[in-house]
Amino acid sequence: MNMLQVSVWRGGADGEYRNYEVPRQESQSVLDVVTYIQRSIDPTLSYRFACRVGMCGACAMTVNGVARWTCRTHVAKVVKGNAIQIAPLANLPVVKDLVTDMREFFDKWARARGQFAPQATRKDAFARVASDSPGRVAANAGIECIGCGVCYASCDVVSWNPDYLGPAALNRAWTLVNDVRDGARRERLAAVAGDAGCHACHTHLSCSERCPKNIAPTASIAGLKRAVALAAWKGEL
Amino acid sequence: MSSAGQTYAAGSATAPGAKFEAWLWIAQRASAAVLALCVLVHLVTIIYAVRHGLTGAAILGRTQGNGAALAFYTLYVLAIAVHAPIGLRTLCQEWLGWRSASLNWVVAGIALALFAFGLRAGWAVFSA
Repeated sequence: MNMLQVSVWRGGADGEYRNYEVPRQESQSVLDVVTYIQRSIDPTLSYRFACRVGMCGACAMTVNGVARWTCRTHVAKVVKGNAIQIAPLANLPVVKDLVTDMREFFDKWARARGQFAPQATRKDAFARVASDSPGRVAANAGIECIGCGVCYASCDVVSWNPDYLGPAALNRAWTLVNDVRDGARRERLAAVAGDAGCHACHTHLSCSERCPKNIAPTASIAGLKRAVALAAWKGEL
Repeated sequence: MSSAGQTYAAGSATAPGAKFEAWLWIAQRASAAVLALCVLVHLVTIIYAVRHGLTGAAILGRTQGNGAALAFYTLYVLAIAVHAPIGLRTLCQEWLGWRSASLNWVVAGIALALFAFGLRAGWAVFSA
């Protein structure tokens, strides 16, 4: 039988790679490989997944050095010879094996004012937002984020400055800046400005290159830079 | 649990120095636009001088008392004094992890020095 040589990170931050042999199958995903190891070779392997269909964002890992959503990554696409190396996401603390602590990643969404701030009450009518209005179009471009952390793990600026809010949180802020129903524009722009915010982005585009949902956080961050500059110019920051 | 939650709950989610950073960004972009033009004019001038075999004396003969040249190089020096220190500040923050207020003073000093030395050079070829 054709076997895959799989090298998997085991342990915490000071762990090591361990090798496993996994039968190669047709249409096999990287998540299938990890699941095979846990169910048939070593039940102590820890990893995270939920939906298996690219909706939940739970199964992101580093595959051959690149952050990917493993449930939608075919082995055929990433295998080198017959070898694959699987590690936890970068830029996040390792809990154990392939599981990272995502708290800081999601806390930054809150720090970037990622919460929708409604202005209307339940007595008001539904807001009407034309699907071709500029704000709606801009929000649409970034709204399908599944929070997998691939962009965050791929970002050079996060690795240089651990306080940097990161592509996902800033992308979320940008979708809300373009939401006409939202009432916290000024506070949000103030929250995302500065050394740990949108101005730190170097436009390396790794996030946009690797986002499995084909979102371009770099464009969202550029939008935030313009919006913040305009607000500062008008004295509204 | 996290400082982020507490910050938001306290209603002070403003990033430190948000306004200051926003203005630095505007200043750097604006000075970059000026520099793009100035560098081009400067390079064309150098290439012209070299290709026509102008001597130092011939160049000085054209710059002495030339108000337009002095105004141009004053603008050029100003753009450099704004642009370079802001970029240097970012480099120090990211590569050296130097993020304290002392960095702003050092960078401001470098800006002043660049402006002073640049003006001195501009004035020298104007008044020589």
